Amino acid sequence: MAAIAKKAIKISQKHLLGIQNLSISDVKYILSEAKQFISLNRSKNKKLNILRGKTQINLFFEPSTRTQSSFELAGKRLGADVMSINIINSAIKKGETLIDTAMTLNAMHPDIIVIRHQDSGACNLLSQKVNCAVLNAGDGRREHPTQALLDALTIINRKGKIEGLKIAICGDILHSRVARSNIYLLNMLGAELNIIAPTNLMPSNIEKFGVNTFSNMKNGLKNCDIVMMLRLQNERMTSSFLSSNREYYEYYGLTPDKLECAKEDALIMHPGPMNRGIEIDTNLADDINVSLIKEQVELGVAVRMACLKIFCE
Amino acid sequence: MKKKYFLNGNILDPHNSIEEMGGLIIGEDGKIEAIGKKVNKNNIPSREKFVDLKEKHVFPGIVDMRVFVGEPGFEYKENFKTLSNAALTGGVTSVVTMPNTSPVIDNVSIVDFLKRRGRDKAKINIFPTASLTKNLEGTNMTEFGLLQKKGIIGFTDGIKTIQNTRLMSRIMKSAHDLNCLIMQHAEDYELAENGMVNDGIISTKLGLQGISELAEKIIIERDLTLLDEFNCRYHISQLSSSKSVDLVEKRKNEVSFSCGVSINNLSLNENDIGDFRTFLKLSPPLRKEEDRLALVKGINRDLIDVIVSDHKPEDEEQKRLTFSQAATGASGIETLLPLALELFHNDSLKLNKIIKVLTSNPAKILKINKGNLTVGNDADFCIVDIYKPWIVKKETLISKSKNTSIEDKKLQGKVTNTFVKGEELFKI
Repeated sequence: MAAIAKKAIKISQKHLLGIQNLSISDVKYILSEAKQFISLNRSKNKKLNILRGKTQINLFFEPSTRTQSSFELAGKRLGADVMSINIINSAIKKGETLIDTAMTLNAMHPDIIVIRHQDSGACNLLSQKVNCAVLNAGDGRREHPTQALLDALTIINRKGKIEGLKIAICGDILHSRVARSNIYLLNMLGAELNIIAPTNLMPSNIEKFGVNTFSNMKNGLKNCDIVMMLRLQNERMTSSFLSSNREYYEYYGLTPDKLECAKEDALIMHPGPMNRGIEIDTNLADDINVSLIKEQVELGVAVRMACLKIFCE
Repeated sequence: MKKKYFLNGNILDPHNSIEEMGGLIIGEDGKIEAIGKKVNKNNIPSREKFVDLKEKHVFPGIVDMRVFVGEPGFEYKENFKTLSNAALTGGVTSVVTMPNTSPVIDNVSIVDFLKRRGRDKAKINIFPTASLTKNLEGTNMTEFGLLQKKGIIGFTDGIKTIQNTRLMSRIMKSAHDLNCLIMQHAEDYELAENGMVNDGIISTKLGLQGISELAEKIIIERDLTLLDEFNCRYHISQLSSSKSVDLVEKRKNEVSFSCGVSINNLSLNENDIGDFRTFLKLSPPLRKEEDRLALVKGINRDLIDVIVSDHKPEDEEQKRLTFSQAATGASGIETLLPLALELFHNDSLKLNKIIKVLTSNPAKILKINKGNLTVGNDADFCIVDIYKPWIVKKETLISKSKNTSIEDKKLQGKVTNTFVKGEELFKI
C-alpha cells in the first residue's frame, strides 16, 4: 500500500503521450531518474534487472534510427524483453487498422508499448484501447516527449539549469513535433524561447504558446545560450514551402557568422538526423566545443530508461 | 383519414406571421383546414375528440437543406427508410438530399430510381439534388434542364467545390437560362489541402493540418464576383467564419444570393475537438468561438438565411481511426431542432427566427410550398415541448449511423409528435 501511495505522488499519468500532459513534478522526477542512468550507461556493466519479466513492444510506423534503437537499448539495459515490430512485414500492410493492431498486441499482455506514428494523435488513440502504458516516440507533428526530455537533460548537464536561459529553436517548426514538445517543456522549466523560422514554416498562433517569434535568424539568436536546430522535413512537405535549399541555408542555416549573434558560450543542439549544409554548417555540427549533438544521443538512452522504468511500474 | 383537432397549442408559423395560442384542424385529406386562435372548443363538434396540446409548440415541419443519404451505394450508412425515421424524430418533414452517392446523381436515368426509392421507403418529403458536374469531377456540367424536369430541386457537388472559374461562370449562365438553383460548398482546394481542422491554435496544438478561413472566403468572393455578371439562383451551402459573414454583409445589397450554416458551426467551436474526437472532424471545420458568435449574429441580422443539419452518416469503422484517416462529417438530422433550440434558451436567437430559418426560409430558396402552416396546404408539422430536458445518447438515436457530434450533450426541447400530410408518423 505504501508503495502505491508513493508512486501516485511521483507520476500523474498512466501514459507518456506528450509533455502537455505532464506536470512540472512529473518532469523533474523523470529527469532525476534519468540522471542516475547516465553513469550506468558509461560503465562497463550496463545491465540492470529492474524490468525483468516485463515485455516492451516497439511499434514504429515511421522510419527511425536513433529513437527506435535508443528505446530498444534502454529496455534491454533494464532487463525487459523487447520486441520491435517491423511494420513492413506486418498485418498493417494488409489493411489492419491501428485499433485492431492495438487489440492484437494487447492480447499478448505487454507491459509497455512504444509507438511512433505519422498521424498526430495516434498514440492517444492507442492508449484508449490497450491496458498497458503507452510511450509516445513521436506522433505526426504533435509531440515527441522523450526527445524534449533528453534535450532538457542535455542542457541541464552542461549549463546546470534551464531557468533563465535563452533558447532559440530554429528551422522547420511547422512540421516539427520536437519543436512543440520542447516549447512546452522548456517553457515549463523557465527558459525564454525564441522561435526562428521563415513564415511559411511557422505554425499558426505559435506566439500564443508563450514564445517570441522571428523570421530573421540573426535577430532571433541574439543573446541565446542554446541554439537548437531542426531538420527540414521535406517528406512532410506536400507543396512548395521554400524556393531552394541553398537559399534556406543562406538565411536559416546555422553558420559560424550567424552563431556569433548568440552568446559567446552558446551551445548547439540538433535532434537529428541532420541535413548538413542545409540547416547547419557541417564543421559546426562536428565541433565538440560547441555541439551537443552526440551528447543528446547518449543521454537519450538514459531518458528512455527512466521513462520505461517509471511508466512500467 | 379522420379529421384531427388540436387545441391549446403555441402556434408558430413565421411564413404567415402566426405566433399565438390556438388550435389546429386537419381535414380528412391531410390538409390544414383551420389554424390559430380562432380555432377553439366551439369550432369542434361536441362528439369529436380533440388533443389538448397543453401549451406545447406547433411548428411547421422542418425543411433541412443539406442531408446525405447513403442510397444508392452506401446503404450501410443510411437508407431512405432510416433517414426518414430519424428525420421524423427531429420534426424534419422535408429534406434536400445531396448527390454524393455511388453512383453519383448526375443523370436522368438515376433520378427515376431515386424518386421511386424515396417515395416507397421514406415517409417524409424527399427533394433530391443532382451534381453540378458529371461524377463530381468538376469538369463537365450535368443536364440541368432535363434533370430539373425530372424533379431535381437544385444542383450542387455536395462536399466538393467547383474550382475552375471558367466552368463556374458557365454553370451560372446555364443556371440563369434554366432558372436552376446552384448550391456551392465553398472551399479552395489548394488552400485547404490535407486540412482537417481550423487553422489556428488548435491545429498547432494537435499537430493537424489546418484549413484557413481564407479557403472559404476566396471561393465566396470569386462566386459573388461572377454572380454580379451572371445572375442566377445561387446559394452558399455553409458559412463557417466571421470573415465570410463580413463578406456576405458587404455584398448582400449588391447581388442576390442566399446562404446557410450548419448547426454544428453554430453550436460548437474548435475547442470541442478536445483530444482528437473524430466525430467533430467536419467540413467546413469548427472554428473559433468568435466565428461561432459571428455566425449567430449573421442569423440575427438576416445575413444567413438557413440552418442545416449537414447530416452526414458515417459508420463507426470510418471514425475509429486516427484523426487524419477518419471520415469527415457528423449525423445530426435528429438533433437539428433541439440543438437549434439551445440558441433560444441561451438568448442567442429568438424562437421565431430559429423556426424561420428552419422552415419558411429554406422553402423560399427552394421554391417549394413547404415549411408553412397555410390553410389548404399539406399538414406537415411537429409538436414540440421546447423545455423538455434530455441527453443525447448514441444508443437512442434512430439514424443508422451514430456519429453524432454532440454525444452526452444535455439539451432542452424535444419533438413529441411529427405529422406529414396530416398523418402522425412519429410519437414519443
